[in-house]
This record gives sequence, structure tokens and C-alpha cells, in this order.
Amino acid sequence: MAQVEIGMPQRRVEGELKVTGQARYAAEYPVEGLLYGFVINATIAKGRIAKIDTTAALAVPGVIEVFTHENRPNLAWFDRSYKDDGDSPGSPLRPLYDDKILYDAQPIALLVAETFEIARYAVGLVDIEYEREDFNTDFVSALPDRFFPKKKRAFYTPFKDRGDAPNAYKDLPVQVSNDYHMVSEHHNPMELNATTVVWEGDGKITVYDKNQGSQNVQKYLASVFGLSKDKVRVLNPFVGGAFGSGLRPEYQVYMATLAATTLKHSVRVTLTRQQMFSHVHRPEAVQTVSLASDETGRMNAMMVEATTSTSRYENFMETVVNWGGTAYACENAKFDYNIAALDIHTPGDMRAPGAATGMNIFEMAMDELAYAANVDPLELRIKNYSEQDAMNNTPYTSKALMSAYKEGAARFGWEKRSQAPRSMKDGTELVGWGMATGMWEAMMAVATVRARIGANGQLEVASATSDIGTGTYTIMTQIAAETLGLPMDRVTAKLGDSDLPLSPIEGGSWTAATVGAAVQLACRALGEKLFKAASKVPGNPFGDAKFDQIEFIDGQARVRGKATGISLQDLLHASGEPWLEAEETAKPSMITNMTKSRHTHSAVFVEVKVDEELGVVRVTRVVNAVAGGRIINPLTARSQILGGVVMGMGMALHEDTLMDHRLGRIMNHSLAEYHVPAHADVFDIDVIFVDEPDPEVSPLGVKGLGEIGIVGVAAAISNAIFHATGKRVRSFPITIDKILSIDTTDAL
Amino acid sequence: MDAITDELRLATDSEHQCFGAGMPLNITVNGKAHDTRVAPWTTLLDFLRENLGLTGTKKGCDHGQCGACTVLVDGRRINSCLTLAVMRDGCKITTVEGLGKPGALHPLQEAFIERDAFQCGYCTPGQLCSAAGLINEGQAKDRDDVRELMSGNICRCGAYTNIADAVMDVLPKGGQS
Repeated sequence: MAQVEIGMPQRRVEGELKVTGQARYAAEYPVEGLLYGFVINATIAKGRIAKIDTTAALAVPGVIEVFTHENRPNLAWFDRSYKDDGDSPGSPLRPLYDDKILYDAQPIALLVAETFEIARYAVGLVDIEYEREDFNTDFVSALPDRFFPKKKRAFYTPFKDRGDAPNAYKDLPVQVSNDYHMVSEHHNPMELNATTVVWEGDGKITVYDKNQGSQNVQKYLASVFGLSKDKVRVLNPFVGGAFGSGLRPEYQVYMATLAATTLKHSVRVTLTRQQMFSHVHRPEAVQTVSLASDETGRMNAMMVEATTSTSRYENFMETVVNWGGTAYACENAKFDYNIAALDIHTPGDMRAPGAATGMNIFEMAMDELAYAANVDPLELRIKNYSEQDAMNNTPYTSKALMSAYKEGAARFGWEKRSQAPRSMKDGTELVGWGMATGMWEAMMAVATVRARIGANGQLEVASATSDIGTGTYTIMTQIAAETLGLPMDRVTAKLGDSDLPLSPIEGGSWTAATVGAAVQLACRALGEKLFKAASKVPGNPFGDAKFDQIEFIDGQARVRGKATGISLQDLLHASGEPWLEAEETAKPSMITNMTKSRHTHSAVFVEVKVDEELGVVRVTRVVNAVAGGRIINPLTARSQILGGVVMGMGMALHEDTLMDHRLGRIMNHSLAEYHVPAHADVFDIDVIFVDEPDPEVSPLGVKGLGEIGIVGVAAAISNAIFHATGKRVRSFPITIDKILSIDTTDAL
Repeated sequence: MDAITDELRLATDSEHQCFGAGMPLNITVNGKAHDTRVAPWTTLLDFLRENLGLTGTKKGCDHGQCGACTVLVDGRRINSCLTLAVMRDGCKITTVEGLGKPGALHPLQEAFIERDAFQCGYCTPGQLCSAAGLINEGQAKDRDDVRELMSGNICRCGAYTNIADAVMDVLPKGGQS
């Protein structure tokens, strides 16, 4: 039996359930007598509901009730009752609370019927009259009213200016200053947002919901509906993708709970794909980046200004402008960040929030500087490399970005690149090679894990965390198996249940570091309990040995160096207990957090081929070299990066939430018109994890990988398109029309 | 316009009352024959998920745009959201539950696990059924063909390269089964 170790590739432990259709997602729990809810969304962008007539709908056989602001039950009134762990300062949306419409497609009613089909049909019979008010959804026109909010969002990191950038900029010989635009994007996980609320009969509800934090949703529901927490259990054992869209409780869980608690009946609400565009999204952004260097490309001034969109009722903020100033040595730097409010739903976190916007655009500006200074783009990065966090002047726990540059460039064959745009061809296609740097924060939060071993010898590790496809089940199993010397199949990981030990929302790439550390702590504590039980075994097999002399290997505990030991089952038996368990909480080191910076880095190299007559871009090769600390499971870790790269391709070339500003409505609310990469768009993607031992960043040396894969990808593609065509497109996505319409003479 | 709407409503309401009890349907799903009744407006997808409880087949868009609901009808892959159950009277349906079971996996299911060809797992049943249909068609000869002919199945987690590798592992040489 091979000893399981951190760092060994492991197949997904829930893989068999997923490939056989046995893994149940939120809308898939069978419940006797289930009712189906269908949400009605507003069709104006701002105003109030003047009249809502449900008579015709209620007359349809099988329709049970239509919930509106007029007949809803009493709900919490205070804003604070609607707060959650992923929210933004402001006044959270309170669906059905009153007659006010804050944005187009706001949920305004829930129709409940005996079947899904009746519900879907009858919503068309609800007559709604509105009083319209003036609104604005056009981000660019709102920019003059941009502001920096007094109350900052919890996840927002402030920047620090240094030197005198405007003056230094003026005196430097090489200058680039440009405006960039990034459109709004929607997460569009494949699973539709859904909730099945099971009415348990005694005032209790069991809520199967799509989210990234069962305890966050539990807390929210208890607070909004005035229920005690022991009456609300939220489960999300399988989540069909989320990418940040499940960090906050979504309106389907609110609606389903409202209906179930009022009707005292089990209710399911599933959103349509169209409704998946009626909530959270990545904000729109404009950014101005001004960089100046000496003739050799050594940067000495940077100015970065950005504005991102928010709603009128909450101030969503991202860390957008800080990244370049953190990554690169540059004596003079000035930053500015604001938000601009629109009559839209509040934006939210989407994969690498802030970095995917700010770092991608900064890295496009770096490519422009490389050409202005006539320096190889990779050499420019190396020339301005900072060993420490250049924003805060603090050392890193680790930064193996230089290895990522070198290994990535070698794998890609970067040295064969010719600098001049339009200088490489393959048949009739122009070939472009571009690169970019990526970075993300290596965060750790607080989580608790319970480890328990039962009479059958099966070890269970449990925490209320989520696995949204990230591989959490597998790494929890793997870390536990290593710690207590068991094979993978002797360990069961449990998650996705608010009844389990405390865990934060699953986001920001912090889960592996946080929950992983707690798994190890809990298993060690359980190991110590098993060790103590050895004293009850006749002729104590460990003799005088202390716990730190014990190793767990091959399903046994033994004194290190000894050939034989005793099985964990025998130790449990000796304890006289039916099971033994230990619960431990992992916390980040406050000292490290205060004295050192913690980031994940990457170097992304991209090849594009462009058919200039058609304007078609193909991303034929990607090498993403990641410095992400210790890799627990290289198989699932690689998949995380692959997924980030593919979403980065979407950002660069496809994804664009298109709004008709006359209606204030998103017009391409379907997967036919909101384009995401498909099989044919994706060629070869090569992932490298460079060696980056880091005992300080987190107890396991883990940095997290969920976000880093996307950061830099869109920039590298954009830079490669410039290299291929000589055309600099400064707005994402880089669609065919933009490539065909830009005049190359200006850019060259 | 209101008059037309009212007329439509009346027509649909009366249809609802006529057909609410359902129309007869004989259908074989994963080798099991069902002699049942189903409302005429129920899609094959909703029939599988809600009526038969076979939730392995996924709803990702309900508009034929994502491929998550792909099943095999008489061996051919289709989007089950784009066909009504009553239109498949007399047909043999294979869903992901019918491809293989835990402990007795279809080679594609095994290859998907081995290649880590999924993350969240939600598009996976559709990818698997689509790949099985692709192999039945015998058109895909190489990896580029697989990528092209699997493009009706979206994977938002971005497992495409691993899916293509997994399908190539199982695809008979030359594409013929």
C-alpha cells in the first residue's frame, strides 16, 4: 500500500458520483408533494409597481399562490437583517419588500404551482403595471459622478502612493498613457441557481441550495425570516460551478424559503438561464494607465486610475489599481480608484475580482511600454522585477515568479520570438506571441474541522466548506490520509452542510490553505487521542515513546523506525469508545500577516493565430507557469489553472454583457448570445507549477489556485494579438469587428 | 392585442384541462420500459428529471444552447430540452445513469475520472452522452474532430482539454466503433 502524500496526484474522490449522474445538485432532491415556484422579474429599470393583478393566474388549475409585495408575510425590516458574509456596504436588496423597482429584471413576484409547467405558463397571466422613473445604465455617462465611498467594502485593499509620479513621468523619455475598457461579465455556471426547501413539518426547513457557503445562507435565512438557526439547515454538497456567483445568498433561496415557510410545504425554485443574468456579475471598468521609463525600459513612474460600476443601493468595490504597483519596482507611483453608480443589480466577485480587471489591464500597458522602449516584453518584466511587495515595502513569504518566467518561457520557446509586430506567419495566418504576469493574494481564513474514526476503521473529516468543482473533497481526503497514514478509500470527507463545523464562504482561493490546515490539525489531534489509547493495550506497543516519536503509516501507528505498529482500529478498540473524534480550528498567523506580504504569481505565455481577412483569432497555445506555493493534488490543481485560462480566453475574446441603455436591460441573456469558450476554441494549454516552498504563508505552505489561473491570460492574448497584427485593441472582448476596424498605422 | 391574448389564454387553459391528465407514452429508458402518461408540454428533459427522477441529465439552459441535457435517443445524441416527451413515444433513451454505474463504469466514465475531465460535474453527463453519441457516429477521426464535434457541450469550468484527452482515450482508432 503506497503511502498517500501531499503532492501526489489523486483522482477526484467524488468522481464516480459525478460521472454516473448520482451526485445531486440543489434542484435534484426528490421530495413528496413538492411545489414549484417560478420567479417573475420586473420589466422596467426603475420606478414602482402601480398594480399587480394575479386573478387570472390564480384561476389556472394547479396554481397555489402568487407572492407579491402586497401579500407577502411579515419579514425583517432592518437592512442589517439582510447582510451576509459577501456583501457590500449599503442597503441590500429585499425582494418583495415593497413596490420599488431598482433595476431591470429585479425579482418582484413568485408564482407557486403543482408542476413546473403550470408555474411557467401561469406567470404569463400575471398583469403588472408600472410607474416608470428616469434611470441610467450607461457606465460611461455615469463616470463624471464617480466617487470613493466613505465606508469601504471588507475585501477592498487600500493603495499607497509613493514618490511624485506626475512630475517624474514628465521627465522620462519613454512614456505610454492609454485608456482601457472592460465590459461587464456574467458568471454563468452551468448549473442554474436553484433551491429545494423541504418543509420538515415541525417548523424546521432543510434547504438544498446552490451557494458557496451553507452557513452564510443559513445565517441570512434565519435573520430575514426570523427563524432560530436550529430550524434552518442548509446543504450544498454538490455545486454546479459558481465562480463567485454563490458567495452571497441569491434570490431563489429567499423566494423558495418565503413560499415554503408561508405555505408550510416543500417548494423548489429554479432560475432560468435568462434569470442568471438578473443578478451578480463582474463590474464594468475603465482604467487609465500611464507608465514611463528610461531608454532601457527601467520604469520610474506609474499612474493608475480606475472606475468600476456599482448599483445605487450598494457600493461594490474591488482592488483594481494596486497590482502593478505591488508587482514592480518603481520609485514613483500614484493611484486613484472610484466607483460609479447605475440602476443595475449590485455587481459582485467573479473569479479573481479586481485582479482579473486591474492586473490584466496593467499588463497590457506593460506590453505597450515594452514596444515604446523597444525591449522584449519578458525582459521588461525582469528588468522591473521586485523581490518584495513594492506597494508596502514588505518582504514576501515567497515569490518564485522569476522561476515562473524562466520555466514558462523555456517551455513556450519564447527565445525564438521576433520582436516586431507582424513578423511571424504560418501560411496565411499571422502568428503572435504575447505574455503577461498574473498575481493574486494568498489568503487564509479561519475554519474548523472535525476528524472522527469509527469502529469500521473509516476516518471522517468534516467541515461546512464547499466544493464548487475546486477539488476540496479530494484534498481534504488526501491531507487526512497523509496525516493518519491511511489509504484514500479509508477516509471520507464531508462538507456542504451548515450542521458541520464552522467554515467561511468558499472564495478568494483561501479554502485549500484554510480548511486544509484544519484537516491536518484535527487529524493530528485525533492521532494523539489514539496514541493515548495505546496505554490501555496490554504491553503498551509504544513503550515510553512520546507522541512526537509516533508515525502514522500503512494504516498503523508505530514508533518511528520500528517495523511493526498497531492499527488505528485496534487503538480505537483499546480506548473502549465507539468512536474517537477531535475538532480543531486553523487560523492564519497574525505575525506573518502583519510583517509579510503573501501573493500567488504566474507567467502566462500565449500564441495566437489571426486570419486578418476574417478577423478571426485562435488561441493555439498557452503556457501558464504558476508560483502557487505547495501543490496538494497536482491533478486537480492543474484543472483549476486550465479552467482559469479558459475563462481568461472568454474575457479576452468572447464574454460581453450587452445592455440596451434605452431599456436598461441586458439583451444577450442566453448562452447563444453571451459567448463563452467552447471545445473548438480551446487548443493546447500547458500548466507548470514551479517549486515554491513556503512554510510561512499558511500551515501547509499552500497558497490557493482558484483565481490565479485567469489573471494575466486576457492580457497575454491581447498582447499576442498586437504582436500578430500590430493592432492594439484596448477594450475587452477583442471581437472580430474590433480587429477589422483598427488601423495598424497608428499602432506601429 | 388584449383580445388575442385572452383568446390564447382561453385556448391554453382549456388545453390544460384536457391534457392535464397527460397523454399516453411508451418509452424505454436505460433498458426499462415505461408505460405512462405525460402532459403534452413536458419536455423529455423534465420528464426524465421530474417524472422519472433521473436527475443525472442536467438542465443548464432549457434552450438547446449548452448541451448539459444531452441524452441518446435510439443511439443518437440530442438535446433533451428541445424535444417533448410525447414526441419520443416508442423510443429507447439512454441517459448517463444508463451508460454505467459505480463499480461498472463505461470506458468514457472511467476516462473522464482518470483525465480529471470535469470539475463541478454539472456538464459532465451531457459531455459523456455526447461523447458516446460521437463515437456511435463514427465521424471523429482525430482530436481536432473531437473538439469540433463536441462543441455543442459547454463546460464553464474549462475542462475542455481534459475532456478531449478522455474522449481520445476511448475513441476507436480511425473513429469507427
